[in-house]
Amino acid sequence: MSTLKTLNGNQTIAEAVRQIDPDVLAAYPITPSTAIVETIAKFKADGLITGEFVCPESEHSAMSVCIGSASAGGRVMTATASQGLALMWEMLYIAAGLRLPIIAAIVNRSLSAPINIHGDHSDTMGARDAGWIQIYSENCQEAYDNFIQAFRIAEHLDVRTPTLVGLDGFIISHSMEVIQVEDDQIVKEFVGEYQPVYPLLDTSRKFTVGPIDFTDYYFEHKRNQIEGIENAPPVIEQVGKEFGEKFGRAYGFFEEYRMDDAETCIVVMSSAAGTCKDAIDELREEGKRIGLLKPRVFRPFPDKKIAEALKNMNAVAVLDRCSSPGAFGAPLFTEIRNALYDYDQRPKVVNYVYGLGGRDIRVEHFKEVAEELDKIAGTGKVEKIYSYVNLRE
Amino acid sequence: MAKLKDLAKMEDRLVAGHGMCLGCGIPLIFKVVLRATEDPLIIANATGCLEVCTTIFPRTAWNVTWIHSAFENAASTIAGVEAMYKALKRKGKIPKDKTIKFLGTAGDGGTYDIGLQALSGTMERGHDIVYLCYDNNAYANTGGQRSSATPLGASASTSPAGTQSPGKLQWRKDLTKILAAHNVPYVAQACPSRWQDLYNKAKKAFEIEGPAFLNVLCLCPTEWKYEESKGIELAKIAVDSCVWPLYEVENGKYKVNYKPKEKKPILEWIKPQGRFRHLFKEENAWVLEEFQKKVDEEWEELNRLASL
Ligand SMILES: Cc1ncc(C[n+]2csc(CCOP(=O)(O)OP(=O)(O)O)c2C)c(N)n1
Ligand code: SF4
Ligand SMILES: [Mg+2]
Repeated sequence: MSTLKTLNGNQTIAEAVRQIDPDVLAAYPITPSTAIVETIAKFKADGLITGEFVCPESEHSAMSVCIGSASAGGRVMTATASQGLALMWEMLYIAAGLRLPIIAAIVNRSLSAPINIHGDHSDTMGARDAGWIQIYSENCQEAYDNFIQAFRIAEHLDVRTPTLVGLDGFIISHSMEVIQVEDDQIVKEFVGEYQPVYPLLDTSRKFTVGPIDFTDYYFEHKRNQIEGIENAPPVIEQVGKEFGEKFGRAYGFFEEYRMDDAETCIVVMSSAAGTCKDAIDELREEGKRIGLLKPRVFRPFPDKKIAEALKNMNAVAVLDRCSSPGAFGAPLFTEIRNALYDYDQRPKVVNYVYGLGGRDIRVEHFKEVAEELDKIAGTGKVEKIYSYVNLRE
Repeated sequence: MAKLKDLAKMEDRLVAGHGMCLGCGIPLIFKVVLRATEDPLIIANATGCLEVCTTIFPRTAWNVTWIHSAFENAASTIAGVEAMYKALKRKGKIPKDKTIKFLGTAGDGGTYDIGLQALSGTMERGHDIVYLCYDNNAYANTGGQRSSATPLGASASTSPAGTQSPGKLQWRKDLTKILAAHNVPYVAQACPSRWQDLYNKAKKAFEIEGPAFLNVLCLCPTEWKYEESKGIELAKIAVDSCVWPLYEVENGKYKVNYKPKEKKPILEWIKPQGRFRHLFKEENAWVLEEFQKKVDEEWEELNRLASL
């Protein structure tokens, strides 16, 4: 039975894990994702999950165990954050290169130095070229829903690509929310049986997995790998639609909020989008024609769809919770501005970096951004392409 | 006792066509070890000579299921395979009466150095796997850099002998003892010159429930710089000089498997190998002395442990 429960972000992920009951779970504790690992361990101790729980000595080994387990032929997951994801970095590429549909819950947290335990997107954005599908969540409900859908997307035979679901450290991972938890059996059915592809444990056949390629094959194999993530969009769409039919909450590549007659737009992902919605409501009351576009899927990047949604705006502000030192703008901004390049009519696009190390972003900050957008729309001039929100300078 | 002629009849799991150097010790070890179980086997192999030389796409020399993922994680990778085996058995997706064996393997670089943490974790968690380190005393695949298994005084490309240096300045890490300190059911040190002993140890390692560790001295004519045809003779000297003693630690009990009637001086081990050539310069005489002293001390300590 579908029930309302009061859970925080980490608990919603753990709840989905219990319902899906993956075959192998391998994870190492790190703030703010520790509670996911602890809850899984307790589920195991209480006999609530039947999978094998491995508690390795590092995140590098956690991902290596996931790679061994997934190659062996079963459903596999992990959870981590920040330095943990950074330590996995080498193995992220290998998971993707071996086309293993491993699922990772990533509780987004800043990267050292300075060491800081709070939420930003530096960790997953640093892994944006690792070949993983990346899905971001605004709140606990979305974290739960995205995590369930991730298995269907990653394991689809046309895709076979590891997938991570991001939720903001503390803001989501540690905030209680009333969420709709679906029926165990229906969730299980939605996720379906795992279909292994060339499982090592099928000893009736012999496989060599992960051989060395020289210059004659590497490029083609990498091209094949890219095809997996390129095949993902229709699957993401279909799974999001089916999820809506089954549970009443449909998902696409991004959410548009009050965009119908909007002339300016703020683009922001994850938890900050919730605050942004409040700001948009207030601005709308004041008569401002502004909307929000909240990307959900960052990899594969839905460039055409986003460009279509934004091309008629006068001005757009892209907010990144991550910096890209020395680059021409932070990751989300460069993707979006790039996606608009081929359109004759396109908005002015500016970039704001916000919230590093968990720095708050409030309604008033979004209003400041909106004011700037108004100015740009009015004058057609951009003074600063790249700036910061709520930073002492 | 296994008979050579029976073992020879068994199907090879590592077949001809690999690209390892003439006289390389790796195939010698694996031809014996892979015959020590008749069960289906899955191998996780770290980056290194064995991996590179056997799997140049689209060819493979493996007649057994094999996976490579990275350099430092053969232990974690095979632990993952074993974890899935346990999970699927519990869930009834693999028949209860089916047995599969798991082998993780890497060179000394992938074991003593960069992979030590992953190996230690895998051993501590008690996965039912065998881990084999083929110790050729160097990062051979990448051109012979030092590892923590490289002997004192050996010239390696990152511990070269020079006018101001006698080669590697440190004594090697005693990895077998480190593994014994994990209190796993079975730890052993072996050498391909005594194939019967190697076979017995591999068989025991596969049969024992829980983690087992084998450290096997591996000839490498390319990096040790000796005449390829003299490999087995050299391996015998390693054992007879007690540079590489053969012993096992079963459930905490040390046992020396072979005691040379007459312990050979380490000079017999050192002389044929080009990597030690510079040690015969007058200013490096202390290294030879130190080498002999250390070998004697370790041999004495090993015998003391075995007598407990
Ligand atoms: C993380 C990482 N660091 C360095 C390397 C480069 N590398 C590949 S194999 C190797 C040495 C392997 O030495 P060993 O484990 O002793 O095996 P051998 O080559 O002697 O068989 C090194 C340094 C790598 N592949 N990955
Ligand atoms: S370099 Fe040494 S270990 Fe590597 S293949 Fe050649 S002989 Fe064997
Ligand atoms: Mg080596």
